[in-house]
Amino acid sequence: MAHASSYQPTSSFGQWLDARLPVGRVMHDQFMTFPTPRNLNYWWTFGGILTFMLAVQIATGVVLAMHYVPTPEGAFDSVETIMRDVNWGWLLRYSHAVGGSMFFLAAYIHTFRGLYYGSYKAPREVLWILGVLILLLMIATAFMGYSLVWGQMSFWAVTVITNLFSSLDAVIPGLGTKLVQWIWGGFAVGAPTLNRLFSLHYLFPFLIAGVVVLHIWALHVPGNNNPTGIDVKGPRDTVPFHPYYTIKDGFALLMFVLLFAVLLFYAPNLLGHSDNYIPANPLQTPPHIVPEWYFLPFYAVLRAIPNKLMGVIALISSIAILFFVPWLDTSKVRSTRYRPIYKWFFWVFVVTAIVLGYLGSQPPEGWYLIFGRIFTAYYFLFFLVVMPVVGLLEKPAKLPGSITESVLGPDEPLPLSVPKARQREQVL
Amino acid sequence: MTLRRSALAGLAIAALLVAIGATATLHAADEAPATPPAHNHDEPVIESQSWSFNGPFGTFDRAQLQRGYRVYHDVCSTCHSMRLLSYRNLGETGGPEFPKDAVEALAAQAEMTDGPNDKGEMFKRPGRPSDRFRQPFPNPETARVANNGALPPDLSVMAKAREGGPDYIHALLTGYRDPPAGFKPAPGMHYNKAFPGHQIAMPPLLSDGVVTYTDGTKPTVDNYARDVAAYLMWTAEPKLEERHKLGLRVMVFLIAFAVIMYLAKRAVWARMHGHAAPTA
Ligand code: HEC
Ligand code: HEM
Repeated sequence: MAHASSYQPTSSFGQWLDARLPVGRVMHDQFMTFPTPRNLNYWWTFGGILTFMLAVQIATGVVLAMHYVPTPEGAFDSVETIMRDVNWGWLLRYSHAVGGSMFFLAAYIHTFRGLYYGSYKAPREVLWILGVLILLLMIATAFMGYSLVWGQMSFWAVTVITNLFSSLDAVIPGLGTKLVQWIWGGFAVGAPTLNRLFSLHYLFPFLIAGVVVLHIWALHVPGNNNPTGIDVKGPRDTVPFHPYYTIKDGFALLMFVLLFAVLLFYAPNLLGHSDNYIPANPLQTPPHIVPEWYFLPFYAVLRAIPNKLMGVIALISSIAILFFVPWLDTSKVRSTRYRPIYKWFFWVFVVTAIVLGYLGSQPPEGWYLIFGRIFTAYYFLFFLVVMPVVGLLEKPAKLPGSITESVLGPDEPLPLSVPKARQREQVL
Repeated sequence: MTLRRSALAGLAIAALLVAIGATATLHAADEAPATPPAHNHDEPVIESQSWSFNGPFGTFDRAQLQRGYRVYHDVCSTCHSMRLLSYRNLGETGGPEFPKDAVEALAAQAEMTDGPNDKGEMFKRPGRPSDRFRQPFPNPETARVANNGALPPDLSVMAKAREGGPDYIHALLTGYRDPPAGFKPAPGMHYNKAFPGHQIAMPPLLSDGVVTYTDGTKPTVDNYARDVAAYLMWTAEPKLEERHKLGLRVMVFLIAFAVIMYLAKRAVWARMHGHAAPTA
């Protein structure tokens, strides 16, 4: 949010640098005095948590890469050797593996937060699109990272997912096959495939870091949205980022790290699949090929569609559709708090995403398949029908006069009948 | 109002995290992948055993690991390799912790092929602690020929590579039975109630007394299975004790830090209490 700079370098070096490269000023204005709505709740702390997790993945990943061997013969044993013979290697490897899961947990919470409070609506469309881009890059990065272990699940996940491109054969015969062989660097998943997956897995996190910078930049132009979804109307509505939100984000981060540590130290393999401790074997297909938990909803969408090409299109659309949310939602208010009808559809959508995750872990047959189709249908209907139609039909609840009023109550004594929405809000 | 709301939200999130953490810890009691519930009659029932390494404070039982190594060495190592293990590991902290001279003696029992020497010839020598465990077969093909076409898998990380982990290994080794009426295993296959599909190429090898125990533990099939399963858990997770130990310290630190952070957060936000504008 544009605000007057209050940065005053005291040292002569500080003044000298400020006249040449004002990094100190940018940091001070954007992360110390930045005016932030005073009513942000704990769902707003996941942005900081995500930045922390990206740093954790890059720091542990770079050290892992010093010991990792990207060859079919060496990969599996090198990961095990890291855990046995490298100093603190077990800590690095388990931090990176569990860290991947924690990263996605935070990213999904962060995304649902944005959906609930309408943070994608004007003037934050570009901010939202950059967020979806980060999610896509994360998905690609984690998929490639998982392949590096070169266990049975790694190998067969790569085989299944890269083979999806062969569905393009249905469009132009031969195109899909050619494309898949180009991706593999051969006629099957093998040494060249692993080597390029490693190269790209190293590269992508730095692309993510770049987009994160743009994402934060795009955030700092309009400033934060907030739980009421109404705009900041004056200085009364904001507090400086530091110390108010540095301390609140810090506390939330600690709680998050606590959960991370419980998994890391006491159940590092809980979220993984035991088959990935069997070295990759191209001649033996595992009975069930399942991806990591954070891909399961998308996997369920893929398998809900009987046609391969259509399945792939649905899979891609299930994420790409997020790009269009700013224009699919027709509501005049941002926050779902003040949307009595949409609210229900929203929570059904949350349940849908979780149920699809469960269905993705089950074989696509019988009732699993039928429910997979029903929930996939709702997944898309939510964006394509509910968002535009409910936005037009619904009459939003009365909004508070300002952010400060939503926190402290109106200046005048409350009228006898407090609007329902406000009562609820005071509880939250 | 803000203060109370933040406090409530903070407590709610804290409670949620602790609940998730507690669930994870309960699961972690199994350390290895969770034992799946049996769905129908065909699916093998894997009973959970109680292990000394379970739970957040779990440690290995040294004597049990030493017995487990005996069982592996005397029985399993004729067919199964353990390519990730070296003899020196047997003396390292957090494992069976054999004394130094015992490790050297155990290594020396194995005849290793080394070379080539300065005449270009391979030669035999006794093993050293730095050697990897001796492999029973020179290549997978020989292993298959010796085992009716089936390949005995490497056991280094076996306890992490099957659902149920050590529970499964214990169930497998104690799961040999006469096949039920009407079930005819293929030639060279054996009926086992824990193995998926119930036909396994590995013959029943354990019977009471096949391995000599010197520490007074009863030499029964159940004890052999239990001890070798615990030993395989150690070979799969040699840093388990170090992990649990560091985990405890990190937990204490994080919880203390979180309490301080929470109080600091309350103090900072108290300045806002009832105020229309920030006072900072
Ligand atoms: C005579 C050779 C032989 C010996 C000795 C032997 N095994 Fe096996 N083992 C096999 C073969 C062959 C298989 C593969 C079975 C199959 O896939 O049907 C196997 C498989 C296994 C498996 C994997 C089962 C699965 O779920 O795929 C485990 C665990 C195992 N053995 C443990 C042991 C242990 C512990 C010992 C020592 C007590 C031992 N084995 C001794 C031959 C042997
Ligand atoms: C966006 C950030 C990142 C994510 C989400 C991510 C995710 C993953 C995942 C899920 C795995 C598989 C873990 C397992 O099951 O063992 C993995 C492995 C690996 N990653 Fe990353 N990673 C990230 C960043 C990096 C970076 C920056 C590097 C290197 C510079 C790196 C290097 C490695 C290596 C060497 C492995 C194989 C070793 C292992 O499996 O532990 N990662 N990554």
